[in-house]
Amino acid sequence: MIDRKHIGRIVSRHQAEVERGRLRFFAKAIGETDPRWTEGERLPVPPTFLFCLDMDRPDPYDWYSGVGLSLPRVLHGEQSFVYRKPCHSGDILHFTSRIDDMYEKKGGALEFLVRATRVTDSEGTHVADLRALIIQRHA
Amino acid sequence: MWPICAPSSSSAMPERSLACADVGTRLPPLTLPALSRTTLALYAGASGDHNPNHIDIDAARAAGNDDVFAHGMLVMAWLGRLLTGWAPRESIRSFDTRFISMTRIGERITCSGEVVEKRDGAFVVQLQACNEHGEVKATGRAVIAGRDQ
Repeated sequence: MIDRKHIGRIVSRHQAEVERGRLRFFAKAIGETDPRWTEGERLPVPPTFLFCLDMDRPDPYDWYSGVGLSLPRVLHGEQSFVYRKPCHSGDILHFTSRIDDMYEKKGGALEFLVRATRVTDSEGTHVADLRALIIQRHA
Repeated sequence: MWPICAPSSSSAMPERSLACADVGTRLPPLTLPALSRTTLALYAGASGDHNPNHIDIDAARAAGNDDVFAHGMLVMAWLGRLLTGWAPRESIRSFDTRFISMTRIGERITCSGEVVEKRDGAFVVQLQACNEHGEVKATGRAVIAGRDQ
């Protein structure tokens, strides 16, 4: 079971480089064939790729058990991005993720957790915000 | 000089399409091939999301599912392709998606979008991903800056 005492807790903090090869692999995986995403020295970061870098840690789920989440029961309910500055290959980005909210519905059969991630670049400029709604099923 | 507006079926010139956008404009739809296990394996590797529910049928069954199913973020990445096929990436201010139902092996997803509001020179685009039977997999919204912003 989740516990609201974890609201406000920082669950991860790390940095990741935007690698060109990784962007090409991502384009292949999502079926993107437009060369502007794969050719050139300074490749643009596609709209959802920051979510991938947010998971770019040895175990991106390492904080789950500490807040009462169990990976096999979890679904991704919603995801949002707010973009402040475009990112490109070669950028070093810093990710800080915090639990913004936790609540339950249907008498605890469904539990909800909101994780908010702030992304900054190596100069400290705020480049994006991510929010994930995570749903845990107990049915 | 303003470009000549192309019919909305043209996806070759996204900036031109954005320049001619108004409430009611439909984005050129994006239809994906039937979802394969290969795509899920590639997406797991490329995204770094190695949750076994998406790539290992034994783990998926142990968790109570019949089979593996797509990462929600793969569907959102397809909606992202719909957006960047129509508007420059730099013009996207925000992008939200709600995952409605699981996308399963063999399903053919079509992403579509429509401008539903024009606010302070920016366009609000409503997004949807459906399978070949019209079952909604995900809905979303994006705010796209107009060409003067």
